[in-house]
Parts: sequence; C-alpha cells; structure tokens
Amino acid sequence: MSGQASRRDVLGGLLVAFSFAPAALAQTGGGEGSGGPPTVAPDLPGTLAKFPDLDAWIRIAPDGRVTVFTGKVELGTGVKTAMAQLVADELDVAIERVDLITADTSLTPNEGVTAGSQTLEQSGTAVANAAANVRLLLAETAAGRWGVAATSLFTRDGAVLDGQGRRATYAELAASTSLAVRARADVPRKRLAARRLIGRPVPRVDLPAKLTGLPSYVHDMVLPGMVHARVLRGPSSGTRLTPDLAALRRQSGVAKVVQVGRFAAIVGPREWPLEQALRVANRGRWVRDAAVPALPPMPAGLLTMRRESQVIDTRRDDPAARGIRRLSARYDRPYLMHGAIGPSCAVALFEEGRLTVWTHSQGVEPLRQAIAELLAMPVDRIRCVHREGAGCYGHNGADDVAGDVALIARAMPGVPVRLQWSREQEHGWEPLGPAMLAQVDATLDASGRIVDWRHQVWSNTHSTRPTAAGDLLAGSEVVPPFTPTPPKPIPQPNGGGDRNAIPLYRFPNQTIVSHFLPDMPVRVSALRGLGAHLNIFALESFMDELAVAAGRDPVAFRLAHIDDPRAAAVIRRAADRFGWGRYRPASNRGRGFAFARYKNHGAYCAVALDVERIPDEGRLIVHRAVAAVDSGEAVNPDGIRNQVEGGIVQSLSWTAIEAAGHDGARRTDYDWSTYPILRFADAPRSVSVEVIDRPGTPFLGTGECAQGPTAAALGNALAAATGVRSRSMPLAAGSPTPV
Amino acid sequence: MIDLTVNGAAARVDVDPATPLLYVLRDDLHLHAAKFGCGLGQCGACTVLVDDRPVFSCLMPVGAIGTRKVTTVEGLGTAAKPGDVQRAFLHEQAAQCGYCIPGMMTRAEGLLRKTTTPTEYAMRTAMAPSLCRCGTHMRILRAVRRAAVMRGGGVVDAAEPVT
Amino acid sequence: MSRSGITRTVIWAAIALCVGIVVFAIIAYRPAIAAVTRPDPRLFDAALVARGANLARLGNCVSCHQAAGERPYAGGYPIKTPFGTVYGSNITPDPATGIGEWSPAAFNRAMREGVGRDGSHLYPAFPYTHYANVTDSDLGALYAFLMTRPAVRAVPPANTMIPPLGFRPLLAGWKLLFLRPQPMASDPRQSAAWNRGRYIGETLAHCTACHSPRGLLQQEKRGAEAYDGGWSGGWYAPPINARSPAVRAWTVDRLDAYFRTGLSTAHAAAAGPMGPVTYNLARAAPADVRALATYYAWQMREAPAARVEPPLPDRRASASQRHPVGARLYEGACAVCHEPGAAMMVAGRPVLPLGTPLHEDNPRDTIQIILQGLRPPVSARGPYMPAFADALDDRQVAEIVAYLQVRHGSGPAWKDLEKDVAKAREEGE
Repeated sequence: MSGQASRRDVLGGLLVAFSFAPAALAQTGGGEGSGGPPTVAPDLPGTLAKFPDLDAWIRIAPDGRVTVFTGKVELGTGVKTAMAQLVADELDVAIERVDLITADTSLTPNEGVTAGSQTLEQSGTAVANAAANVRLLLAETAAGRWGVAATSLFTRDGAVLDGQGRRATYAELAASTSLAVRARADVPRKRLAARRLIGRPVPRVDLPAKLTGLPSYVHDMVLPGMVHARVLRGPSSGTRLTPDLAALRRQSGVAKVVQVGRFAAIVGPREWPLEQALRVANRGRWVRDAAVPALPPMPAGLLTMRRESQVIDTRRDDPAARGIRRLSARYDRPYLMHGAIGPSCAVALFEEGRLTVWTHSQGVEPLRQAIAELLAMPVDRIRCVHREGAGCYGHNGADDVAGDVALIARAMPGVPVRLQWSREQEHGWEPLGPAMLAQVDATLDASGRIVDWRHQVWSNTHSTRPTAAGDLLAGSEVVPPFTPTPPKPIPQPNGGGDRNAIPLYRFPNQTIVSHFLPDMPVRVSALRGLGAHLNIFALESFMDELAVAAGRDPVAFRLAHIDDPRAAAVIRRAADRFGWGRYRPASNRGRGFAFARYKNHGAYCAVALDVERIPDEGRLIVHRAVAAVDSGEAVNPDGIRNQVEGGIVQSLSWTAIEAAGHDGARRTDYDWSTYPILRFADAPRSVSVEVIDRPGTPFLGTGECAQGPTAAALGNALAAATGVRSRSMPLAAGSPTPV
Repeated sequence: MIDLTVNGAAARVDVDPATPLLYVLRDDLHLHAAKFGCGLGQCGACTVLVDDRPVFSCLMPVGAIGTRKVTTVEGLGTAAKPGDVQRAFLHEQAAQCGYCIPGMMTRAEGLLRKTTTPTEYAMRTAMAPSLCRCGTHMRILRAVRRAAVMRGGGVVDAAEPVT
Repeated sequence: MSRSGITRTVIWAAIALCVGIVVFAIIAYRPAIAAVTRPDPRLFDAALVARGANLARLGNCVSCHQAAGERPYAGGYPIKTPFGTVYGSNITPDPATGIGEWSPAAFNRAMREGVGRDGSHLYPAFPYTHYANVTDSDLGALYAFLMTRPAVRAVPPANTMIPPLGFRPLLAGWKLLFLRPQPMASDPRQSAAWNRGRYIGETLAHCTACHSPRGLLQQEKRGAEAYDGGWSGGWYAPPINARSPAVRAWTVDRLDAYFRTGLSTAHAAAAGPMGPVTYNLARAAPADVRALATYYAWQMREAPAARVEPPLPDRRASASQRHPVGARLYEGACAVCHEPGAAMMVAGRPVLPLGTPLHEDNPRDTIQIILQGLRPPVSARGPYMPAFADALDDRQVAEIVAYLQVRHGSGPAWKDLEKDVAKAREEGE
C-alpha cells in the first residue's frame, strides 16, 4: 500500500513526503564492527535484518517522548546526534523529544562491536528505516480512527494531521499502536526535499552536558555506597608483579585486598589513599612473563616471524602489457598507542547473583560473554551497560578494566565498585596498534601508466577484542588461566592488516598478498583504521614515487588511474580547494596529496597538505590541510567535518612523531613523557574539510577515513619539501637532521 | 577540616590536606568537570583555575589552596546559561569525546583573564599543557579565538579567522 | 688659585679631555667592512657546511639566536644581564636584517673582536671573548653553514640597556680590560680527545659563560675561579671543576650520555638553560661530544664524588618532623612521581638525591625546577615535569625546598628561602 501511496500526489501530505529510499541501504558487513546474531530478515536494511521488530528500536512513551534503542555506542564521534537526527526527521518529532539508549545488553539490539566506521551504515540505517515504519504505523492508526486512508494524512511535530483540523499526537496514537511488529522493507524514507534535520549541521546533543561538567562518563558515575578500586599489575604488558599484599592490608585507606589467583586489587572508600597504596604495591618485585616471546628488532623483525600468507586479490587483465620501468619500496610503521586521555574505567555491582557492569567497551555483548566465562556465571545473569569513556580509537583497556572490576565486584556482593586504571597502567597494558611493514612493486609502461602492481603486507592481527575470558587481562591472571582466543585475520572486504591493501585504482595487473603473523610478542589489537593507516601510506606514497618517475603531476597521475567517478570527484575537489595548480613551492616547503576510499566501501577522502620542515630542527609546520570527503548521504556535515579534522590531526601525530617504546623484552612507555603525542604548538595552522553530500545514497563510514590519506599526504609533502623520501614512521621524530 | 571557596561558594571538607584537589572536587564536592587523565601534571584534563591561574588539580594539595578561589567548569556557566567560553566551545562544536574539554576551557579562561589579545603563538603556548587525543585541536583553537572576541579582544595574527 | 691659573687648568683639562676623546675614539673606532652580495648558497661545499652545522651545535648558537616559536638563527631571544636585556641578532643570510651582506672577513672580525660589519661594538652577551682561538678553518665552516640557512627577514627587538651603556663605543673600554685572548696550544700530555674537548669547550661551546662566576663588569673570572659555578637566566650553573657538588662521579660515559640524551641516570635530567645545550649536543658529532665529556670529566676529576660516592641520604622522618607543611605539600604534589613505587621510579628514572641541585650551596636550581618544571631536553620524548609556579606560592615552594634539603640534600640549611623563591620568579621570567 505505502509503496503505491507514496507515488500518489496527495495534498502536501504525509505520503507526498515519502519517496523510495535508495535501493537497499544494507551494507557489507563482517569483520571489525560486525557481530551479533545471524541475519533473519535479509530483505531489511542495516541491523534491522537481525532485529526486524520495530519495538527493538523505537518506543513511544505515553508523554510522546521517543526512545531509540541502538546497540552501537557514542565514542565521541557524534553518532548519538546523527541517530537522533535520523529518527526525529523520519518520524517528524522535535529532536529534543528523542532519547537514545545505547548499548545495554538488557535493552538494546545486539549490534556487536561499535567499530569499523559502521555505526551509521548498520544502526543508523536500521533506526532510520524503523522510524519510517513507525511513522507509517502511527498514521495508519489515525487513519483507522478517522476512517480515512493513511495516504491522505501527514505528520508534523509529533502528531498526525488530516489537513482538515483533525490532529492526533503520537502520544495518543502510540497507546493503540503496537510496535511489536516486523518492519517492512517497502516503507519508503522521507523525500529528500522534506527533510529538516538530515543533512544539517545539528549541534551535538551531548555537548551541553559535557561542556558544563554534568556527569557524562563512566568515570563520573557515583552509586550509593560505591567504593573505589585499583588493580595491581607490573609496569607493562608482559610482566607480573608480586605485590606485598600483607603490607597493603596494613595500609590506611585500603579496606580490602581482592585476590583471585594472580589477579589482585585493592579496594577502599576513597581514591587518594588507594593511589598512595598503589605506590606501595608497585615497590613489589616484578618479573617478565616467560610466556611472552622476545621482540625482534622492528620493523625488519616482522619479516622473520612465522607467517600465513594469502593472496587476497589478483588480476591479470592485460598480461601482455609491457612495462619499461620497475620500482619497489618498503614502508613501515611502529607499534602505536591508542592513548585515551582518560584511563580505562568501569563500575560494577554484584547483587543477588546478578552482575551489572557499566563499561565504555565498544562491544557490550561480546564483553558479557567473556565476563560470564571469567566468573563462570550464566550469561543471562550478567548485564553490561555502555557508559561513555574518553575517546578510545579502537580496542584499548576498556574491556580489560571491565573484566577486572567484575572480579572485584563479585568478591564484594552488594557493594558498587568503581575501578579506574592509572595512567601508567593504560600506557603499559592497553593493546597497541600493530607494527606493520608493506612492500610495493610496480611497473610503468612507456606512456607512464602503471601496468603491474604488487602489494605485500606483514602484520599481526588487528583484533583481539574479547569474545572469551582468555582475551581479558584478568583471564590470564586467574588460576588456572584461560587461554586467549587464537588470533585470526579479518577477511576482506574489510580486512585487518590488509585493510585497504587492494588499490581502488584500476591497474591492469595486480597481486595483493597478506602475510598474517600469528605470533604476538606485543599485545596488539584494533587501532582506528587498522591496516589502512600503513597500507594507504604505502600505496599513496608509492603513487607519488611513480608519478615522479613518470614525470606526471601526482593529482593528474591519480586521476589517470581511477575510474570511480566519486573518487575522481573527491580528488578534484580537494585539489581545487587546496589550490593545487596554483601552489608555489618554497624552500623546505612542499605540498602533498593522497586519497583513499576507506575499506574500499566506506567514505572517500582526499587530503592535501602544505608542509614545511624547519632545517636544523626537523620540526614540521603544517601550514594548511585541506580535505574533501564523500560520506554518501551526510546526516550531519559538521559531524563529518569534525571527524575528518580530528582524523587529520590524529594521523599527523601518529605518522610524524609517535612510536611505542620496547626494549626487546617489554614495553617501556608509562606516561606522556615517554609516549608523547602532538600538542597545540605543532597542530596545523589551519585545517578545512569539504563535505560532498550525496543525499539519497547509502551512508558511508567516515570515522576512520582520514587516517591513511593524511599519513601519505604528509610523506608526500615532506618528500617534496626536502627532496628526501621517508618511508618509515615516525617521519619527524628521531629522524636525522640533514643540513 | 579544610575550608575552600569553589565557584564562589564556601565548602568544607574533611580530608588529608595532602589530598590533590582533583579528588576533593570529584569525590567530595561531586563536581565532575575536572577529569583524571594522568595524575602526573602531563595532560591537563584536571585543569582548574586557582585565583585565575590554570593549575593541574591532580597535583594541587588541597591544603595548599588556602583562601585562593577555585573555579571549575561548573563555575563558568551551566547548560541552561553557559558562560562565554562555553558558548564559544558550543558554537565551534569544539569537542569529540569531550573528556579533555573541561581542562581546555579552564585553561582558555585562565589565558583570557590574563589577556584578551594574545598572539596565536601565545595562545597555542598557553594551551599546550593540555592534551587532546581526538585531534580536536583546530576547533579548540577556534573556540579560544572566538571567546577572545566575545571578551572584547581577539587573537593577534590568528591562523584562522573567526567567522 | 689665580684667575689665570684657573683658566690654565681649564684649558689643560679641556685639552686632556679632547685628547682622551680622540685616543678613545681611535681605540674604539672600527671601520665598516664593505657589504658583499649575499653569496649563493649553492656555491658552498656540502662537507664544509656539514662541518659548520656541527660546530654551530657544539656552540649552542641557536639558543640565543632564536626566539621562542620563531625560526632558527633569526634572532630575538632575550638575554638578561644586570645591565639590561640584549636580544640575539638575526644571523640568517637575509641581506637586510641578517648577515647576508657580511663577508668572511666581517664575520671573522665579529667572532674574534666583537665588532659588527658596520664597525659597531657588540655586547659581550655574544661570547666573543671565547672565539679568538677558533681556527680560521672552523670559522670558515661556520660561515658556510650560516650562509646556507634559509634567509629569514626578522628584526629582533631593540636592546634595553641601562644608560649610558646604550652607547656602544664604551664597549671598547670593556674589551681593553677583558678581551685578552690567550693562545691555546695543544697539550701533548693529554689525549687527542681531551685536547679536542678543551678546544670545543673553551672556545665555541663557551661553557664558562654559565659555569664561571662573573666580576662586577660581567667579565668571566678566570684562572683558579674558572668553572667555579655561575648564573644564567635565573638559574645556577654549578661548579664543574674540583668543587662540583654532584654526589655521583661525572665519568666520561655519564657525561657523554648526559650530553647526548639530556639525562644521566646517575644524576638527573638537564634542566633550565642546560636543556637547550643538550638539545644541540644531541645533534652534534658523537666524537666531539665524547671529547667534551672527556675534558669536563677531567675538570671534575678531583671532585668529591670522583673520589668516593657517598650513600644517598633519605632522612624522611626528620624532614617530616622539621618541615611538616613541606612534607604534606610534597606528598600531594611530588610523591606521585618521585617516591619509590611511582611509575617513573619503577622505570629507573633517577631518584631526587641523585640530582645535583639539592647538594648545591644555594637553593636556586631546586626552586627553579619546582617553579618552571622541566621540558624534555632533547626531543619530545624525555624527562618532563610540570611547572608549579602558578599552583604554589613562595612560602609553599620554600617549604617543599626546605623539606627536600633536609630529606635528601647536603650542606648547611639554605636560608631565606621564601625570598629566594620570589627572586627566582623574577629572574626566571
């Protein structure tokens, strides 16, 4: 019915505003950020395919407030705002009347892990379509009451109207509208022209509270009778501490020492005495964990490690193509920290055989599984509730601290426990982003075109996100310890270490090889962008090297090898806005360009940089960064700009100055003086991001799209500025200071 | 017992005078804006004003405050009535995860109480003790520039114009 | 006296004055040296430029010839002296504002005689008293290095000297008294490294500029008082001779590591004005840095710690008893990094009593480190300490210093601490 109705021209009403949404909004899933139950309704878009019932997503209270349930979480990227926009717009309610419940194992659909820039693709698509469904159901209820056709009605500001003076609020209608029904695939979304919020830079709904000091983070939680805890560990991953527990019990302010096997924690009513006691504990002896293999010198050591190699893509479109010039280069990056500004934190309460954990984990559902195994409790007696933390940029200590607090809380029934890691624990124990190495070989023909391309990448896994007790730090400390889940590669099209190893460019012949390294001398896991950071750095640096070899302008060279019109549009837009053609190089100053489509199915992003390297200092000044991004339908363009601006600055920090320290036996960083990150003095002079909105097209994950292009643009700009190409990150720190 | 003036109001707490102010603010006075980031004076997430000067509250023994006035982000304004630094940050949407932002705002407030016409370099130097990991630096700087204008001044030789 | 007698006296006095002025003018006068067209940077030999780069780093030139946040060698750094503030000049090859029009002869004269190309006398804040013995070849290398820097158009702020010292010819008088170059012959009894270290340390590196006491006219004291400790930018540069107060021997290896990394694990991190020195040494030729270490380890060979390294004092109980306020402040502000069990300590960073400041005969460095903190000296990664100037008042800093000296220090108790904190704030700004 609605399909037909939507095509009818009814007086300025409800269904006029409808148009068919672009064909299925369902996205490619799998790998990072997927998970959850199997698909049961393949015809439905986004995560609706797994949870097709509307009331799993949207409920309307008797006062007309709309509550949205999403299994995805706010990581500081603004998705709460985007989701609220989607629902408010599709449902025709004021955004102020929309509340969001994010990942709560008792309340929200199981959407696995919030990662891989898939929140809007999966959950956003689901709630938008669910909202469209709900709106139609409400209209049908009103139609039934008034004895008219739903198609003759329209909606405005939380009410259904017939245009003749009759009006029924959603609050009234909801009471007699069951949302416990399956979503229909054929309910169209709002016509583009009728959208009020989607595509607009709606201010973030969460910022007023965060900017005025209202409790907003799990760190800020206070429960009646809550106690504080600190966990006792050696100085870094790969060590074991033997604290003097008897001395700790005598320490004032320590109410209890919780010990489970080798896991130990102290608990007390106040934080400061625990901080003091932590120093007493850390005077204890620590030893290296013999189970952890030594780390060979990096990055060459990656080539010596046991590997499982797989050709992930191969093409022989033109085996006869004759090359005249072959180039090869190797690129690498060190281990990188997530480096959340707030150390990981969690709160738990064990009461009457039930455990509730408040966590800033990206995946409350798999975390629940892991904790259930750790505590040998039935899964259904555990509830994991997401509360925001400091930005995590991937799998940091969030899950581990939740496992820790679960063990502590179980030892203290009825008492809420808040556990916060110390800065040095976060630095020493969070899983790092893996060190990586890539080798690229390519052949140019006489006309300067690439006729053959070979890309190989060596990397550990990019996800050790917990699915079982052995994946949590505490799981390795209880006795007997649990075994970690064996690492495995994330398959394409998302990929892990080989994410974005397959070029989006059209080369007649190519071979892409992923060397998966199963042994992990360093605890590693997902860091924003996964392998895309290095692979795009390698690919896009090499494109510049080839352009130089072919005597072509780097932008023109890229355009000559791309046949995706949206990619070309993004490249052109960034180059235009930057003024690529008008750029005048100066001494020690150059421009750099790079492009990628994240995962080859997410957002398109091109970055152009104007960079100066101060001779004698090696200090870099990024005079200007200009980016263009195509995220498909831009729900909130300012949110996209914010993500891309942030991605550029963060990637500059990673690429230019960061490297985790390791002495071969263990990690050596413990604070911001040992692992410095970019500060204001070295932030770019200016950054501008241009959003190319594609209304009516699927959402394309954006949160990680700038990491790779920025890295390569920096390498390319530095090569232009100095005449010397750096292929090893970090590009600025520790590099010799040529005269 | 230690007497404090926090955001213009008198407060009395019963804690060890060595206790860093941060824990008193968060756990005793339930003012959650100042955040624990490192406890080492390295990241600035805990920054508050003590008599107009930005200090790391994680390293500020509460007993050392004496009669000096403590200002936290709660003292700059409320969600219903945000102060001008808060309005500037909201205008620029200068936050991603937001965890570092209270420290950024108090640090900006401290700078602007000293001068409303800092140079771009002076502004960046003043903000440098605070770390942001989301890469929100550009928006934070825009917000500080905007707040300077709102205070009747403006950043000299600004790298990006206030629009 | 008769009227004619008075007249005679006046006439003679006038004549004497005129003669004096003429003589002084002759002494003070230096001709301008003709401007040259800026040499084409591409014409300098790359190896010569590289050698000059190393010498510039050993000489720490950039520290005074670069303002905060500005370009290297473009000048503008304020050097505070008791007679006023002198700003480092622009020594990039910009013809208008730098030394682009300087010939090698003009450059060499400035280095050795303290005279600008235009003939004006330079303030001895530019340590030309050290450069007389720099070899022609090294001056040539330095010239080549500076002439190949990016030219930066920048005029440093005007110096603010107390009257009449703004009148530069007066400097000729100062030079008559103190610009007395002594030839430096190599000492065959010493190693090549020692001789190299002495050459660098006594000339380009001008270590005595900070580490020797100065006389009334700010001249460096020489002879027996050389390296006896001096003052720089509100910090104390401790003795680096037999009177070195360090409690651990400054061996060649330790000094070498300290110079190259800004941190000696047997002492402490380079603080205050020594930070930039290590920043530059970290980028200099390792053999030359080692040579410097060799020479200065030799200078300190008779120091107490070179003979016996004393046990490290930790009088915690008595310190808390005598300075309970300081003890509490320390617990809340300092212990998180400096007490056993703190991450920094677990990682093997030096404990407080290893640092020399607590063993110096004045509290200034301890005070300044608390007030100003510590920036990682040689790169973004490295020892860091936050500044407490805004958090603690003078009395509170004094309490902590007093507590620390009793707990970990040596020597008689420092007096008038609170006053010195105020002075340190003023001088350190």
